[in-house]
Amino acid sequence: MTEQGVTSVTDQGPTIRIDEPRAGDAPSETTAVDGHVVFDVRDLSVYYGPFRAVRDANLHIRQHEITAFIGPSGCGKTTVLRCFNRMNDFIETARVEGTINYHGVDLYDPQVNSTEVRRRIGMVFQKPNPFPKSIYDNVAYGPRLAGMKKKAELDDVVEKSLRGAALWDEVKDRLKNSGLGLSGGQQQRLCIARAIAVDPEVILMDEPCSALDPIATARIEDLMQEIKSKFTIVIVTHNMQQAARVSDRTAFFTTEVNPESDRRTGVLVEYDLTKKIFSNPGDERTEQYVTGRFG
Amino acid sequence: MTAELRTVLPPQERVGEPEPRPFAGRQGRSDKVFTRVTFLSGVAVLAIMGAVGFFLTLESTDALGRVGFSFLTTSVWEPDRGEFGIKAVLTFTVLIALVAVAIAFPISMATALFIVEIAPRRVKSWLVSLVDLMAAVPSVVYGLWGAFLMQGQVIGLSRWINTWFGWIPLFSVDGADPGNPLSNATVYTASTFVAGVVVAMMVMPIQCVVMREVFSQVPPGEREGAFALGATRWGMIRVVTLPFGRGGIIGGTMLGLGRALGETIAVYMIISSRFDISFHVLESGSNSVSALIALRYAEASDFGLSALFSAGLSLFLITLVVNFTASWFVARSRSGADSEA
Amino acid sequence: MPRSISSFSKRDAQMLAGVGLSSICMAALIFGRLTPLHGRLGFAVTAFVLFVVTYAVMSSFTESRPAVIDRVMTVLLTAAAAVALVALGSVIFFTFKRGWTALRHLNFYTEDLRVTGPEQPLTSGGVLHAIVGTLIMTAISLVLTVPLAVTCAVFLTESKSRAVNAVRTIVTAMTALPSIVAGLFIFATWVLVLGFPRSGLAASISISIMMLPIIIRSADVVLRLVPGSLREAAAALGAPRWRTVWHVVLPTARSGLTTSVILGVARGIGETAPVLLTSGYATSLNLDPTNNPMASLPVTAFKLVSSPEPNQIARGFGAASVLMVMVLVLFTIARVLGGRPAGRQSTRQARRAAAQSLADLARIEPESVPEAPQLGERAGRLPAILQRK
Repeated sequence: MTEQGVTSVTDQGPTIRIDEPRAGDAPSETTAVDGHVVFDVRDLSVYYGPFRAVRDANLHIRQHEITAFIGPSGCGKTTVLRCFNRMNDFIETARVEGTINYHGVDLYDPQVNSTEVRRRIGMVFQKPNPFPKSIYDNVAYGPRLAGMKKKAELDDVVEKSLRGAALWDEVKDRLKNSGLGLSGGQQQRLCIARAIAVDPEVILMDEPCSALDPIATARIEDLMQEIKSKFTIVIVTHNMQQAARVSDRTAFFTTEVNPESDRRTGVLVEYDLTKKIFSNPGDERTEQYVTGRFG
Repeated sequence: MTAELRTVLPPQERVGEPEPRPFAGRQGRSDKVFTRVTFLSGVAVLAIMGAVGFFLTLESTDALGRVGFSFLTTSVWEPDRGEFGIKAVLTFTVLIALVAVAIAFPISMATALFIVEIAPRRVKSWLVSLVDLMAAVPSVVYGLWGAFLMQGQVIGLSRWINTWFGWIPLFSVDGADPGNPLSNATVYTASTFVAGVVVAMMVMPIQCVVMREVFSQVPPGEREGAFALGATRWGMIRVVTLPFGRGGIIGGTMLGLGRALGETIAVYMIISSRFDISFHVLESGSNSVSALIALRYAEASDFGLSALFSAGLSLFLITLVVNFTASWFVARSRSGADSEA
Repeated sequence: MPRSISSFSKRDAQMLAGVGLSSICMAALIFGRLTPLHGRLGFAVTAFVLFVVTYAVMSSFTESRPAVIDRVMTVLLTAAAAVALVALGSVIFFTFKRGWTALRHLNFYTEDLRVTGPEQPLTSGGVLHAIVGTLIMTAISLVLTVPLAVTCAVFLTESKSRAVNAVRTIVTAMTALPSIVAGLFIFATWVLVLGFPRSGLAASISISIMMLPIIIRSADVVLRLVPGSLREAAAALGAPRWRTVWHVVLPTARSGLTTSVILGVARGIGETAPVLLTSGYATSLNLDPTNNPMASLPVTAFKLVSSPEPNQIARGFGAASVLMVMVLVLFTIARVLGGRPAGRQSTRQARRAAAQSLADLARIEPESVPEAPQLGERAGRLPAILQRK
């Protein structure tokens, strides 16, 4: 990156002009190669009713990177994550201000079909939530939604996805057994397989390991490194070590207390390369948090 | 600048799908149809149920308009003479329901406690099924059982209660002679009490199901907390389960009361109808709104039918109030709030 | 040696047995001498009271006060459950016992009562008309209620419309509708105002009005139990709302939904009063639900037992027994289906799933299908399992 602050993407769809420096456009000495911007978040605020949950977040999520969101409870990191695939649509009172551009398209444009967004941007949840169906049907659910019917094609997708989620060898001889019969870690990998079966571009992970034991967690982390070359991953985690281990960039969120109403609002404090966040953070609050003095 | 160039290269090949892919319209058409169909079904149900309520009210206006407030204070039922009211039938209906609840309440609560706190696991699931089965037994079967089997058994009990507790007005019986063991048993047949015993059988499972649900939601932590302080099982039930389940106990009991008020055929099979109010529950003869309708609808004139509708409406309103109070209690209990979420 | 950690010891059992025996003896002594309480019911009550008192006294020799109260309460609670069960058992047993004389004749199931008078022997006439009538009415009510009820329940759980609360409230209200009033409503509108004849159809409609709120309420509860995380998972895969409902929510709740429908049917099948008002009673087989009275089992039972003739009463109990069998069958089906949460497989399903899994594997990755000895062992079993399907 030579011209800091101005990046133009000309050969693909609409142009994104970035005219001001923002968090995530890290100083060049720490950056090897900056990936293509997938999400361009500008002045994002999220409200639940009258209450503002997140205020003025600005950041870029880059392709084929793992971006981690860390911060204390209630700082809005999951809220921001759920904005990326419009899962907040299901919360009646939720409102969004600002824009999230996905490859230059505003995700919250009235013309945008939210189910289409979710087909492109997969999600893995905090608690493994396989459908009460067979392992095969769990993975085949997304492709079938997209209209895939041929047995051979489905077989192919199921196998590839399960291999992709490093689960194939463990379940290949019991594909028709219920997905609920697997262990917690296997269930979570099944959910990852289910998410990658629709070939999304981005996978959002909302504390995917918080319900798992350390061994299962390690497997998921390895898996994330393996699939990173194919997908863009955004992960919310409570576990700072995890963020440090797996992510390329880290966004640190914290809460601000409004002195008048005593309500807490989440703010994005700092967004930078993970290495920098954990070794040489630019903000005092980040430093306190990563060194364990607060939060 | 090489770095700059690299950033815009498509990083992976996706067959046939250029990036960024365009988004289609807002809500898919299939979802619009879905929303509309489900909404219409809701409206249809609303309309059907609303029509029932509306028609009930409409039909009763004729009769209610004629007699006005005296509808509540008249005991006899002779609509064609212009003299009718629900004072007697309603009193008997409520009496039967109260007797039923008085009998069913202790049994259902104890059964619910037994199922939740005492029964071994395997017995538990069986008991749950059997109590549910009790709720599914048709009322005509209970009616047969009551009229042909229970009547004979209950009369002995009635006589005994009358003999020893006859000094309480509720249990006194006109024309009974406690001193004579061979006295005529017919003074005890077809009474409010007998009907109440049979209706209790139908009420009990309803109450029991609600109470069991609520009791089983007691957080294990509170239960173990009481045990850890050295409470006996009953001690634990008294300080943890019962206070926790209070809403369910009251709500379940009232739900049973609602069912008892509306019961028709079993009551009809047992009682012999009378229109002079008597609070002597053991005494022969009783009545109920439902039984009145079942007995009179066939030969009723247009106006008589309207009168029956007003009786039906008043019964409906009472059960409505009872049921809503019941669900309010159940929902207000701590457990109800949990299950709502 | 592992010791049982149950608090119920052998000594307790011995004491219970001893106290039980003594209380029965005492009851036999007292009963009929000291109290004028009559009948088997009276004896049982006396014996039980004596049992509780003796047990309390005996326990107090060795136990502290709270422990004695605990024991007595345990006995009382257990006894209450037993009373409930005995009552249920007696209802079922008594119905079958009295109905047996009619039930054992084959003609009871193949003939109607067209030509059979009340005094004729049980070898003539039967309740075929009532059985068929009940089946027809139940079928019509099912067709009328189930689609509407399930769609409405989906509306209640899935929609954000403001009408949800209104619908839920009125459905709750309608569960309070006494069945006779529902019957009266259809009688007045369908028969008197609209001028349709009293018929099986009219009865089915009144039964539907009773069943509809019951099924909607329980289906609503069942659907709300489907975890939101599953809806989220489907949504996150880009499923439109209706597909989430159709492929995830309804299948997950399938057993619960079936149970609520079946229990609703069990209620509807036993309704007597509304059928009496809207269809009336007939003695002959009527296959046309739109015309002429059609008998149902509960109405038949009700009508027959009001006759003074013993044979007619036996027929009435027979009809009630057949009705009871239908309810029991429905109930058992509901239990079997409802007992297992979605996604949990029965042994048989599991075996079939295993076989299919193997077939899948052979299709997808033929080289990794288990080696010869294993295959031989499984192959011996496999075809049989596959055939069973």
